[in-house]
Amino acid sequence: MKARIADIQSLGPAIKRLVLAPSGAELFPAASAGANILLEIPGPERVWKNAYSLVSAPGERNRYEIIVRRVRQSRGGSAWLHDHAVIGQELEIGVPANFFPIAKAAKKHLLLSAGIGITPFLSYLAALQAAKAAFELHHCCRGEEAGLFRDLLPQSAQAVLHTSRNTLDLVKLLSVQKLHTHLYVCGPEAFMDLVVATALRLGWPRAKIHEESFGGATGGAPFIVKLARSGIAVQVRADETLLEALQNAGVDAPCLCRGGACGVCELPVLEGVPEHHDHFLSEQKRAGNTSIMTCVSRAKTPELVLDF
Amino acid sequence: MHIRLKPSETFRGEFLVRNSDEAILRFPFPFPEDAYMYGVNIEPHRRGGPSAAYDAVFDLDEHYIGECEDRALTLIDDPARCQVLPHMLAAEWDVVELLMESLATDYPELFQLSKNGDDWRWVNQPLGIDQCFTFGNPETLPYPPFEYITRQVQGDFTIQDQRDGNLFMDGGMVTSQADWSLNFDLGMSFHEWHGPVPLAHELGVFDRALQYLLRLQLGKPVRRLNWTLTVNPRLDTSPENYPLWGPDKATITPENVGEKMCLRVELQTLTRLPRSNAILFGIRGYLIRLNELVRVKKFAKRMHRVLRDLHPEIAEYKGMPRYRQIIVDYLAPFDDGAVLSSGTAPDQASL
Repeated sequence: MKARIADIQSLGPAIKRLVLAPSGAELFPAASAGANILLEIPGPERVWKNAYSLVSAPGERNRYEIIVRRVRQSRGGSAWLHDHAVIGQELEIGVPANFFPIAKAAKKHLLLSAGIGITPFLSYLAALQAAKAAFELHHCCRGEEAGLFRDLLPQSAQAVLHTSRNTLDLVKLLSVQKLHTHLYVCGPEAFMDLVVATALRLGWPRAKIHEESFGGATGGAPFIVKLARSGIAVQVRADETLLEALQNAGVDAPCLCRGGACGVCELPVLEGVPEHHDHFLSEQKRAGNTSIMTCVSRAKTPELVLDF
Repeated sequence: MHIRLKPSETFRGEFLVRNSDEAILRFPFPFPEDAYMYGVNIEPHRRGGPSAAYDAVFDLDEHYIGECEDRALTLIDDPARCQVLPHMLAAEWDVVELLMESLATDYPELFQLSKNGDDWRWVNQPLGIDQCFTFGNPETLPYPPFEYITRQVQGDFTIQDQRDGNLFMDGGMVTSQADWSLNFDLGMSFHEWHGPVPLAHELGVFDRALQYLLRLQLGKPVRRLNWTLTVNPRLDTSPENYPLWGPDKATITPENVGEKMCLRVELQTLTRLPRSNAILFGIRGYLIRLNELVRVKKFAKRMHRVLRDLHPEIAEYKGMPRYRQIIVDYLAPFDDGAVLSSGTAPDQASL
């Protein structure tokens, strides 16, 4: 769908809010809490496809809002949105998809986020408050961004901002929750790993822990991928994902969410060891190293051979 | 699309219902090949297909009024045919929006929808309805939202909640089913409600179908066809009412098979719902008597071959053993053995 940039607001030195409106007469489709959209960002050499959580209220059809942090060593997408995007410009966007929905059967929702990981929870808050659901939000950020995030959070005792490790007692917080509480985590990989590992250690069932990853699709060490069926070899640069490298080489590789969540881009690995960054493969499959989610994962070995 | 709606038809009692020539030619025939086996036969639900039944998002035909009346009668006797679990309220409104917008777009001469913010006005001319309501406020409609709109659309509907990597049948309007019960299946997971289907579990059909559906995208609905045989054009062949229709199976003779035996086809659509992230499963049923079906030469020949060679377990599941041979014998004279085109188009423009 075509969307027009209706407004750009600077929320802080490296964080902007973009408001998108439908280009034509037709409204956007409604979206559910936790949904994201894929934005096509026209870079000078190539088009970036980045997924951003919608922060506008679920059900809103007149506009979509996203919040974009300018990523240090950006692969290009967020830097372009910060430096070149202007009001009135048209962009191609995908329809909303949701790989991080609210668990409707939960009696209480415990939301833990860090940094820009707050974004999916901004749409959650609208839905949870409208449904008068029990929830608790704990958001962690650096001290210099406290003001910015305080403005984004609701004025409520249920939403707590932490700017120091000392104020969030993770073990205590996760220990006192009652049985029908669901835990949602979004933020940098280290933060998510810590929260999830702590919850599992305390005996939380896996089915009650929900994760949304951010920044998983950034670069890493370059490597070479070989496709066994076609015999094609592709260099994966430090600033692109395996999936992007394949698609840039003209390979019609499957994909959907581009965030390691949906499972569509899974390809079988014949040789080499993948460096898994996804949230889809089971521990067993991960350990077996027999398949890879090309949208976020990379290689531990200089070369990967895929059955494709 | 101009449709001549029939004013009064009955799908019970005297069964005063027939398909016009146009309805026979647009019938969504389910057999693209001469042999039938289960598979994940899912394709994108785009406008247009081998017959006019694929031209709208939710197809409406000449039987619209009679089918809505039959649903209302069934609900009077058994209100449990429409149930929605409380956590599906957002999905109920998703369905109201989707069905009203689709009908108003596809059949503007029959349905009109106007909106001023959340103040909506819905006009359904065939059923004489003119309703103002507030979108999102259930108290402004005479029925709960999902029941309200599905009383006005042909075909059954279920809504599936998506959680824990599975789908759960957490609501539905089911009054024209091929022998399954919403009251029994409500709350079941994908594999649970498909439990009775033979062979397909072993083929991995349901594992693959579930993985596919969990990734169903907004704005990209999909469809598939399913079929069975029903004695008499009866919509409500439910387990709850088995005593009313079960005995009909024993009444089939070579003399009446063409008139009484019907092919029942379900045009099933699956649509991701925007606010709830749930999935709407539409089961749009079509009934055609064999003596109507055989007027399309290709349908008669292919139907003969499929039923003659059908796997015995599938025939058993579809309740056919008692009269399968009578049907095959009835169809055989129409089949000259000619090679048929693949696909389901009727290959003739008139009857």
